[in-house]
Amino acid sequence: MHSVVLTKGVPDFREGKVSFDEDGHLERGATPTVMNPNDEFALQAALQTKVKRGGRVSVMSMGPPGYESVLEEAMGVYADDCYLLSDREMAAADTWATAITLSAGIEKIGDPDLVIAGFKTADGETGQTGPQTAWCLDRPIVTHVIAMEVDEDAGTLRAKRLVEGDVDEIETVEAPLPAFVVTDPEFDTSYRRAEHRLRHKQLKAETEARAENYEDHLTSWSAEELELDPDFIGLDGSPTIVSAVDPIPKAPSEREATMVEPDDSEGMGEVLETMRPLAGGD
Amino acid sequence: MTDEYEHYEAVVVGGGPGGAAAAATLARNDVETLVLERGVEAGSKNVTGGLVYAEESAPYTIDGLFPDFREEAAERPVTDYYLHNVAGEKVKTFDISDLHDHDTEWADAVLRRKMDSWVADRVHEIASETGGGLLTDVRVNGLLREDGEIVGVTCDELDPIRADFVVAADGVNSELARDAGLMDWEDPDEWFQGVKAVVDVPPEVIAERFDIDDDEGEAHLFSGDLFEDVRGGGFVYTNEDSLSIGTVFHLDSLVAEEAEPHELLDSLLTHPLMANWLEGHYDEVEYSAKLVPDSKKAAHPSPHDGRLVLVGDAAGQMQAQGPIIKGMNHAVTAGALAGEAFAEARMRNDPESVGDLYERKLRDEGLMAKLRPSGYRLASALGEHAPVTALTDSVLTSGVGRAAVGLLGDRLESLYSSPTLSQIVPDTRTPYVTMPTVIAEELGERVEGEADYEPKSLLDRIGDLTYDTDVGNPHIRLRDASAEASGAAVSACPVSAHDFGGGCYREETVETNGDEETIISLDTQPCVECGTCAVVADTEWEHPRGGKGVEFKQG
Repeated sequence: MHSVVLTKGVPDFREGKVSFDEDGHLERGATPTVMNPNDEFALQAALQTKVKRGGRVSVMSMGPPGYESVLEEAMGVYADDCYLLSDREMAAADTWATAITLSAGIEKIGDPDLVIAGFKTADGETGQTGPQTAWCLDRPIVTHVIAMEVDEDAGTLRAKRLVEGDVDEIETVEAPLPAFVVTDPEFDTSYRRAEHRLRHKQLKAETEARAENYEDHLTSWSAEELELDPDFIGLDGSPTIVSAVDPIPKAPSEREATMVEPDDSEGMGEVLETMRPLAGGD
Repeated sequence: MTDEYEHYEAVVVGGGPGGAAAAATLARNDVETLVLERGVEAGSKNVTGGLVYAEESAPYTIDGLFPDFREEAAERPVTDYYLHNVAGEKVKTFDISDLHDHDTEWADAVLRRKMDSWVADRVHEIASETGGGLLTDVRVNGLLREDGEIVGVTCDELDPIRADFVVAADGVNSELARDAGLMDWEDPDEWFQGVKAVVDVPPEVIAERFDIDDDEGEAHLFSGDLFEDVRGGGFVYTNEDSLSIGTVFHLDSLVAEEAEPHELLDSLLTHPLMANWLEGHYDEVEYSAKLVPDSKKAAHPSPHDGRLVLVGDAAGQMQAQGPIIKGMNHAVTAGALAGEAFAEARMRNDPESVGDLYERKLRDEGLMAKLRPSGYRLASALGEHAPVTALTDSVLTSGVGRAAVGLLGDRLESLYSSPTLSQIVPDTRTPYVTMPTVIAEELGERVEGEADYEPKSLLDRIGDLTYDTDVGNPHIRLRDASAEASGAAVSACPVSAHDFGGGCYREETVETNGDEETIISLDTQPCVECGTCAVVADTEWEHPRGGKGVEFKQG
């Protein structure tokens, strides 16, 4: 059982980490790059498969050499080894050129039983790279997965997925292996059996030790090594044209308000009087 | 998903010293052992005073089971032990190091988070080799039964687990012991309640104020009129860079006096003796509380049922006799004996005999005699009646008694140091309040000093604790909200108080049809999971789910 998890480095959009310039454009230099938060669930899904069925988990990313910290972070969640597809020719790729590059990397690894991607990245937010990669690999794809079980003997994957992204509507689907899975942020990462939690604890300890020396487990491939045609990757291979980026106007942060102290009984009386007609009680 | 329940040879519930000793002994006998701990880390749900002892007479010690324990997991050793008799500002101090040294190989101050988490890592290493290990964040909520027989455990977070042997080392509020009908939460007079403040003090200040070196430490006990008429006392233990300061009282006495535990702690914190130790350094970092079983009354003589055995606090194995306060060491012995018992029963191919074997070992190794000394049973039959207490107290406080105390003078110190006498001390006002007060009044000296600090408010103490609240899932429910049934919890709960809105238990006056009625309401958010209200109020009491509720950093 071999799973390959796709991951991407994104600007750290958490409060206090992200920097914008005066025009509202992201300052990449001043904003740290982290693993796309949704990819955590893809890694957890791969780890769960390893916990329950054994095998190997690889993590793969396309990006500049600086992305290695992203691979380190991914390896901290779980991976036996990691792959970085890195080349000047691959730079400024859109989702299509990225999918072509990633699928070449996956094919070079071999024919993993599962390829798993997280639900859309925090920067591009397109959600296209996963499905496009699955298309390039000619694999069945199951998206919005919240739970899954692999049956290696039967050669199938059984998954629970959200219909229309709604937790109230869940369907169970089956797909033949090898398959492509996109995990939903609702993915259930819990374990109901002690043996699984024990194995999980052991694997976590192993991967944390590995992450400290992630370079020892890293394979880097260039466009040439992947035998990629420069016309189909990077900026040249990207049909997407970005015409402009508009900052989203900020919501007004100040509203007209009357402040009432909790121990101001007259003021609180007025609040109640104001609210009474809205409550519809009498 | 498979429908088959998992099976382990042994499941140990609770990652404290009793569970750890059981698990290590089982695993070293090649028993496949799974340990389930409900805290985010072992020790995060545990509170001690506290000192851990290694007794010369005990078959097991914690450093024997876990080499390097003292270096890695303990604080300072106790090299001097004092008892302070207090009457107002007058104090008469006895050096009771001889009593402390009796049967003691060593005794170290400990903080449970550091101690238990270190021990749990060792347990996990040992148990992993058997195919088991230790898991945190799992709350075992009951016993798995088949045809009325105990065959395993049920959990909040995991599917049921079968086991040939179940060790309930799930603490003073053991849900398994109650599920099995072996223990109950009925009588306040079978329990003590302790509250503690851990106060950060730099090691050089500890060295200077207690006049000790880095490898030395002190224990101080307090009794007398510090705590009005509530039966109990106080303690101070030196850690590496903090002090454990606390008070322990008979729960029935706390209820009878309607005393507020945190205020009793405050009166110790502001006593002139303490003021001199803490001057300029009152930095309270954690407030905690714990229910303590009184083994003289609560230790179960036959703590087993089928495949289930109880270990440590879960079995009431906590010895508090006068100044002798020992719990963790007995839990270690009991846990290891339980492990031994199963290994032997299995070898004989008679696993059903494990309970009887465990019970016999508790007796043969002398543990039951320490927990339920026969001397106490005789003395209490005579001495714990109200008229007798009143008579002794009036003699003691009379001119005759005072003269006798004066005549005895320093002979009292050696009397207080008698291990035999300390075992038969009755649970009355006399030894806790009257006697020490008279001693201090007759023989004591005035201690000068005034606290340059205000003890933290209960609101701040609660605010400084870490909680992962299980929102919408309160683990305690009031069965009867009347003041008669549950009103005692308002004062006895260590995180509640009269006229305090931020605690667990509150008194509310409601008007119904012109009648005023007092009802008790409950908010479990500030709960420190001590279990006091399970005894003094009418509740349905459970632990929070795995990883939820309060998380002690010191313990």
